[in-house]
Amino acid sequence: MTNLIRHRLFWPIAVLVVLLASNLVFSDNFFTITLQDGHLYGSLIDVLRRSAPLVLVALGMTLVIATGGIDLSVGSVMAISGALACLLIGDLSNPDSTTKVLLVVGAAIVLCLVFGLWNGFLVAVLGIQPIIATLILMVAGRGVAQLITGGQILNVHSSPYRVIGAGYFLSVPVSFLIAAAAVALTVALTRRTALGLLLESVGGSPTASRLAGIRARRITIMVYVFAAAFAGVAGLIYSSDVSSADSNAAGNLIELNAILAVVLGGTALTGGRFSIAGSVLGAVIITTLDITAVSVGVPVETTLLFKAVVVIILCLAQSATFRAKVFGRFAAKRTVTA
Amino acid sequence: MVLQMTGIKKVFPGVVALDGVDFRLAPGEIHALMGENGAGKSTLIKVLTGVYDIDGGEIELGGEKVRFTGPLQAQQAGISTVYQEVNLCPNLSVAENIYIGREPRRFGRIQWSEMRKRAKRSLARLDLDIDVSAQLDSFSLAIQQMVAIARAVDLQAKVLILDEPTSSLDKDEVDQLFAIMHRLKDQNTAILFVSHFLDQVYEIADRMTVLRNGKLIGEYRTADLPQMQLVSKMIGKELEALEKIEEQTREVPVRGEPLIRATNLGRTGAIAPFDLTIHAGEVVGLAGLLGSGRTELARLLFGADRPDSGELTIDGKPARLSSPRDAMTKGIAFSSENRRTEGIIGELTVRENIILAMQAERGWTRPIPRRRQDELVDRYVKALQIRPADPERLVRDLSGGNQQKVLLARWLITEPRLLIIDEPTRGIDVGAKAEIQRLVAQLADGGMAVLFVSAELEEVLRLSHKIEVLRDRRLVEELTNGDDVDADRIMQTIAGGVTP
Repeated sequence: MTNLIRHRLFWPIAVLVVLLASNLVFSDNFFTITLQDGHLYGSLIDVLRRSAPLVLVALGMTLVIATGGIDLSVGSVMAISGALACLLIGDLSNPDSTTKVLLVVGAAIVLCLVFGLWNGFLVAVLGIQPIIATLILMVAGRGVAQLITGGQILNVHSSPYRVIGAGYFLSVPVSFLIAAAAVALTVALTRRTALGLLLESVGGSPTASRLAGIRARRITIMVYVFAAAFAGVAGLIYSSDVSSADSNAAGNLIELNAILAVVLGGTALTGGRFSIAGSVLGAVIITTLDITAVSVGVPVETTLLFKAVVVIILCLAQSATFRAKVFGRFAAKRTVTA
Repeated sequence: MVLQMTGIKKVFPGVVALDGVDFRLAPGEIHALMGENGAGKSTLIKVLTGVYDIDGGEIELGGEKVRFTGPLQAQQAGISTVYQEVNLCPNLSVAENIYIGREPRRFGRIQWSEMRKRAKRSLARLDLDIDVSAQLDSFSLAIQQMVAIARAVDLQAKVLILDEPTSSLDKDEVDQLFAIMHRLKDQNTAILFVSHFLDQVYEIADRMTVLRNGKLIGEYRTADLPQMQLVSKMIGKELEALEKIEEQTREVPVRGEPLIRATNLGRTGAIAPFDLTIHAGEVVGLAGLLGSGRTELARLLFGADRPDSGELTIDGKPARLSSPRDAMTKGIAFSSENRRTEGIIGELTVRENIILAMQAERGWTRPIPRRRQDELVDRYVKALQIRPADPERLVRDLSGGNQQKVLLARWLITEPRLLIIDEPTRGIDVGAKAEIQRLVAQLADGGMAVLFVSAELEEVLRLSHKIEVLRDRRLVEELTNGDDVDADRIMQTIAGGVTP
């Protein structure tokens, strides 16, 4: 039992279970999954579908945070990728051509890679503090997105494009499949290779890592590129889901949710050890929280407050110091009586 | 007795760190706590300073039963500590460091000038005259240590704990510290002193308590316990190990093309241009005082810093080392003197720390297969007797000596041709020290070139074929080790008595 509680994923899983269970109380059919027109429907499917962008962004954020950095620009990169994709699709003679849409998607992701390189360059080569370095793109990126869309909301009508965010493959939401693939890719990239170990080493002690012969600079640049690429994909999912590019709404405040997801998942902001499964759980928890707020009937104006309270409780539950203070007292009393 | 600890027990998951240990301290005595790494010294100190709560036993301070729930409480009860590694805020001023948490205040506002004045006064008591408003990290490690002591002394302590206070001090500074300790002793302060330097312990301690494997071995008056007996009590066996190395005659390796040759290599502000050759199978010792440029020289040979003059050839071919990685591809390994900040990665496991350099060299795309990792790690954990012998334990939970062994293992598995080790035996116990020295000798016999940096002359003399003596960031003399070379001879050069 103690081993179970000590497991780093115990508390995130517990919270997720509690959240889902509380939904059951308030809405009877929360766990009902039905098949309509060959698509799976239901609140749980909704959770999976709507978690996708946050999961993607949180994955990149996890790796960046593992190196001891942080990436505030992911929301803006989302906006840029959606904006470029919608602009290019709008210019297509045949927006329903799958090949052309794939090319457009590729172009948007390449642009994001360039922005990731920029972040990595600022942090690893120029040595600017990550929070400042990525703040530049966080602010400037929205401007770039607005430049691309000409300051307007670009609407597109392209059935292949719409598949990314709103489509289904074998009854399963495509956005969920993309997120799942991204998780698998990240796990493979970090745990099947030595990248994870080197990341944790750089995050744990940059000086010692350099003296152990690790090329920290390359690795650092790589994680920012990675984060931007995943943010770009998240941007495509978002913009495809709403069939438009909104430079202000796309990825708004997602960097904070992503950081929260990473922290909830048990990765420390100081860098070092990271948990991909934890971050994914964190992202799902945050999305579930949003959906729960609606299903439980929390008034719209207090949703954010509701979210904050749950997050505080979760953070306290995860803090060993806090647990020791609360439960340690009981334990001490018990030994005294015994 | 000002302090009486009875039957102290402290258990960590899987380890009994302290098993019914008694410890007592009289006012006005200097009491040494002795034991190997992992014997429980640090744990006992942490229990006493309120960092750890105890799982059994009693602590009596000034006749009253106490139980500390935090370091602050222990401090308020009159127990002050100066830890092994300087535990201050490097980015604050000296005065702030001395008075942090108890700044002189008036109407809630800090009285800066009063604080500086008091800081100046308390440092003057230690014969230290420095600018107290300067940032702490602008001073040498030795001065920082003195500031830490000034802070502890200023807390009006009944019990003062000095945990390895001398490991970064040179001879004069040690004498200065001992003078202060004597003065405090005369003022009836009880001093608990931990040091790996046996000579120092015998010079200053009145009594000593010996621990081994978390158990109490005994309490002795220094005068009653000869040094050899103390060591055998600490390691639990007779001290053949150390003597064997001393008997060993070191054969001079076959000469030929040197493995590495530095010509006029130097870096402004770090080390003046020097010439140095190292052959395969040769142990070259670097001797000199703290801050004489030993580490700086070593770092240039590893590419950790870039030289701004001179050349380096490896196997007769010119080489440019612009990063540690470059040096590693040339077969050079470097284990830093700063174990904690430049060596181990504390939150990684022993296994991960050991394979780190090898993995870095292979690149991230070619992970070392897990089975091969386990094989390598197993072999070195056994060969170097790393304890606990659990490769999945976090390195930060190991004692200093074992961390050092992990670092050695990290480099040995890369099979370097030149191993540079900077102060590998600092702050570690006699047993581990002998093991590491024996290992260095073995490696050299096997054809590895070793650059051995140490502040302990006996050690340098015992191991080296050739000794390079540094003074004031300059390589001043090269001595071929032989019967005519002894510690006094080197001391003279270090002190500037012999013109090279």
